[in-house]
Amino acid sequence: MKLAPRLAVLLTALAVTACAPQTSTNSSSDKDDKTGTLRVWLFQEVGNKPKEKVVDSVVTAFEKAHDGTKVDVEYIPVETRAQRVKAAFNDPASAPDVMEYGNTDTAGYVKDGGLLDVTKEFGDWTESKDTDPTARQSVTVAGKVYGAPFYVGVRALYYRTDVFEELGLEVPRTMAELATTAREIRAAKPELYGLVVGGAYTYGAMPFVWANGGELATGKGDSYTSAIDSAAARKGIKAYTSLFGDDNCPAAKCAGMGGNDTITAFAAGKAGMAIGGDFSHAAVEAGKVKGKYAVVPLPGVKAGSVAPAFAGGNNIGVLKSTSHRTLAVQLMEQLASKKTQASMFEAMGFLPTFGDVREKAAAEKPYVKPFVETLASGTKFVPASPAWSEIDSSLVLPTMLQEVISGKKDVAGATGDAARKMDEAFGSAG
Amino acid sequence: MRVGRGLSRSSPRPYGRSRGRSQKVPWLYLAPALVLLGGLLVYPIYQLGLISFFEYTQAQVSGGEPTTFQGFGNYAELFSDSQFWQVLLATVVFAAACVVSTLAVGCALAVLLTRVRAVPRLALMLAALGAWATPAITGSTVWLFLFDPDFGPLNRLLGLGDYSWTYGRLSAFFLVLLEVVWCSFPFVMVTVYAGIRAVPAEVLEAAALDGASQWRIWRSVLTPMLRPILVVVTIQSVIWDFKVFTQIYVMTNGGGIAGQNLVLNVYAYQKAFASSQYSLGSAIGVVMLLILLAVTLVYLRLLRRQGEEI
Repeated sequence: MKLAPRLAVLLTALAVTACAPQTSTNSSSDKDDKTGTLRVWLFQEVGNKPKEKVVDSVVTAFEKAHDGTKVDVEYIPVETRAQRVKAAFNDPASAPDVMEYGNTDTAGYVKDGGLLDVTKEFGDWTESKDTDPTARQSVTVAGKVYGAPFYVGVRALYYRTDVFEELGLEVPRTMAELATTAREIRAAKPELYGLVVGGAYTYGAMPFVWANGGELATGKGDSYTSAIDSAAARKGIKAYTSLFGDDNCPAAKCAGMGGNDTITAFAAGKAGMAIGGDFSHAAVEAGKVKGKYAVVPLPGVKAGSVAPAFAGGNNIGVLKSTSHRTLAVQLMEQLASKKTQASMFEAMGFLPTFGDVREKAAAEKPYVKPFVETLASGTKFVPASPAWSEIDSSLVLPTMLQEVISGKKDVAGATGDAARKMDEAFGSAG
Repeated sequence: MRVGRGLSRSSPRPYGRSRGRSQKVPWLYLAPALVLLGGLLVYPIYQLGLISFFEYTQAQVSGGEPTTFQGFGNYAELFSDSQFWQVLLATVVFAAACVVSTLAVGCALAVLLTRVRAVPRLALMLAALGAWATPAITGSTVWLFLFDPDFGPLNRLLGLGDYSWTYGRLSAFFLVLLEVVWCSFPFVMVTVYAGIRAVPAEVLEAAALDGASQWRIWRSVLTPMLRPILVVVTIQSVIWDFKVFTQIYVMTNGGGIAGQNLVLNVYAYQKAFASSQYSLGSAIGVVMLLILLAVTLVYLRLLRRQGEEI
């Protein structure tokens, strides 16, 4: 019993001495060393060798041009990037100077205080004027630029030419035709999914919302409001979720699928159509369906229109904590230059973020044509709000889709709940 | 405990100087253990509690924004979230089902172990130890494969076609329950088996001679004698099953379709690490800690009242 008062004293003492949890002092470094080692983090891709080759040549040239400079490149696995980046922000001593990051993370990383504002340098960079607007938007937060676009990725419609020929089907020209074609395939060939869709495949579902005139959110800068429960958006959600069913893609199997699962199913010859990216090309080529498929832009609501695609992709940024500010920015520009992007396309098939470089690429490799067309007809991006990372990682949209698909809620209820959660996130992050 | 207390009561109370010394000496002996416990247990819990009172997200950790004191703000947010209550209810019901099933299977097999010959006993022991030694991730993946709608042998065996076990809420929970029971019954079985072995053979023989059935022996002879052991395995199981994480995370892909299979631990993880809301995750952690402490204390108090010492 005597222990209690002593314990209380001890606890009070603890509470008084340490009044707040730890934070890192991640203020921007004032140092700007002109020599030394630059650390670079890039993503480890499936089949990374060609990427390494391109990067190595950039690095060698850079080291030659800057005496006394060494560049240390590390490839980090995509799956664990979130932890790595968080750790880098928390401990500037072990952080890289330059890093590659997914463009949906831009606003979140800026809010975390991790990325360096390079607005001036980006503006002074001669090549930056050819950067396409969507790519530019993906590095911009509240009017300031936090990196250079590295490549873009968009999704389009993959379909099986052999199946279409056998069943005498036309390539769908509208979203309504897409649904009917999908059901026809499933009816004629019950072992195939018509159009393979996934309940956790947010970026496969969003084109349906955008094509119907809906938006994820409206607003700008700090004040976003969710628009996922608008009438137009609901129409799109309804169109997408109606594809889950025994007549196309059974809910019991497809509700849990993500983007990669749908591509895996298509590549294995289990689906008549799929929504896949230019980055999925290699995976599909390596599958059973090689030589038996083609790609067209995902059709929009009206015949001849293209459903707006999500402009995914990666950027290269400089960390605020770098002690080699000037050198790091120069290296960023070299890694994201027209020349590097052109060779990166050759090596990895990553679509360049410069309009002119991309056109040249499409002329060389016909398979990128539908993707370039999709890009040209206008793409959409997620709200440039720090709340997006939270909305994305707390699975607001997949949950909404799955609630509708599994019949737990109707479209109005599920979109209403999702809008509320999004607004909460926008509110707390703003 | 009882012995120690008896001794101190019967020995004459020391007076004067020696009293002070004798009070310090036990603490001196305890010091290393206390320091270790303090470092490994109290400090993390202290941090957990501390963080739960602040606004503490990635932006604060990496110094992008200042930390602000929220008081009970995180708790208020948590308690006003209808999903939290739903997850809490699911966790309690699921953990209770797991505890009951694990204890039933474990105790039944322990009794079985005492009734069979050496070879089947060895086989059963090895099988149980194998299940026990299997890492949770491996076990979950294998169970998932067994029940896979396309490739799983179980659906073919049961003639269920391509029935998807993870789609429905109950069937997904049932699937996870099977895995949890499978990997945690060996502990119960081995402990209870050891307990039964320690029961004097004469007692069981006497009961058998009196014509008691196996069930009767278990209920009226073994259960009272094994009570301390049963208490320990029950509390252990409650704590384990309440905190289940890996099985849910792996088998339902992070919480199931539209989060229908979330349990508190996975929910806390989603909040703390997936969404980087460390403070909210900490608040969930504190709530879990308090619930488990309360359950354990109430259980121990109930036993005390029945005159049992453990």
